[in-house]
Amino acid sequence: MVGVASAGPPAPLTAPVEVDQPVGNTDVDPEHPWVVIVWNDPINLMSYVTFVLQKLFGYPLEVAEKLMLAVHYEGKAVVANGTREKAELDVFRLHEHGLWATMQQD
Amino acid sequence: MFDRDRVKRKGPGRYVVRLRPNEKLLVGDLVVQLREQLLASTDELSVRRLFPPAYPDDPERDAGYQVLTRDELLEHKLAALEVVERTLESGGELDDDAMTAWMAALNSLRLVLGTRLDVDEELPTLDADDPLAPAYAVYEYLGWLLSQVVDALSTDLPPPTSDVRE
Repeated sequence: MVGVASAGPPAPLTAPVEVDQPVGNTDVDPEHPWVVIVWNDPINLMSYVTFVLQKLFGYPLEVAEKLMLAVHYEGKAVVANGTREKAELDVFRLHEHGLWATMQQD
Repeated sequence: MFDRDRVKRKGPGRYVVRLRPNEKLLVGDLVVQLREQLLASTDELSVRRLFPPAYPDDPERDAGYQVLTRDELLEHKLAALEVVERTLESGGELDDDAMTAWMAALNSLRLVLGTRLDVDEELPTLDADDPLAPAYAVYEYLGWLLSQVVDALSTDLPPPTSDVRE
């Protein structure tokens, strides 16, 4: 998959008014990385969610289970973070697996 | 129907799915239906469940995400359905990719059906003559089968690569 975020310079702290900014230049900001969130849904099996987190992120079983339980009981969990481009790829891979995943800037 | 395992792991990356004739018919029908729905570009809620938003609070960015990913997601789901269709009858041995395709297809079927039924985590107890009983039975069957696929594939997960997140 090609990320939506284009490679570009870091966004200025204060965006000038009415200047055409390339879309997607906000992926480099170590203070505010993008977080990937998996949301609880009543359909995906708990064993399946655990498996997908292990497979996609290489988490040990205990970590994947802990995240899955957080999704289940708290409604959501941050499962990964990073640049916008990486987060978007992670979201895409989670969507490939049918998980309800979104991303936002921390 | 739920008396015996249908999915077996024969060895590393070697699996067998053995369904009974009525189950093959059912799964085959569901696969055909889902493909039709996917290709019809319907805006039905149940099908939209397979294409979630990445940026729920940012319609503009999400539109960009959908444009770039939708075709690939669609292709991925159609390819998984095709593998199930191709291997459903043979009952032959499946490799990792084929078993993973089964997992993806069963999960897609379950997501669409579950969304259409608007299921809750606790499934209702329905009378046998309830018009929704057959759909719920199919939903439960798919979950039963999917969990067996997940169990089989879990055995062959590569060793963890990621450190424990804080």
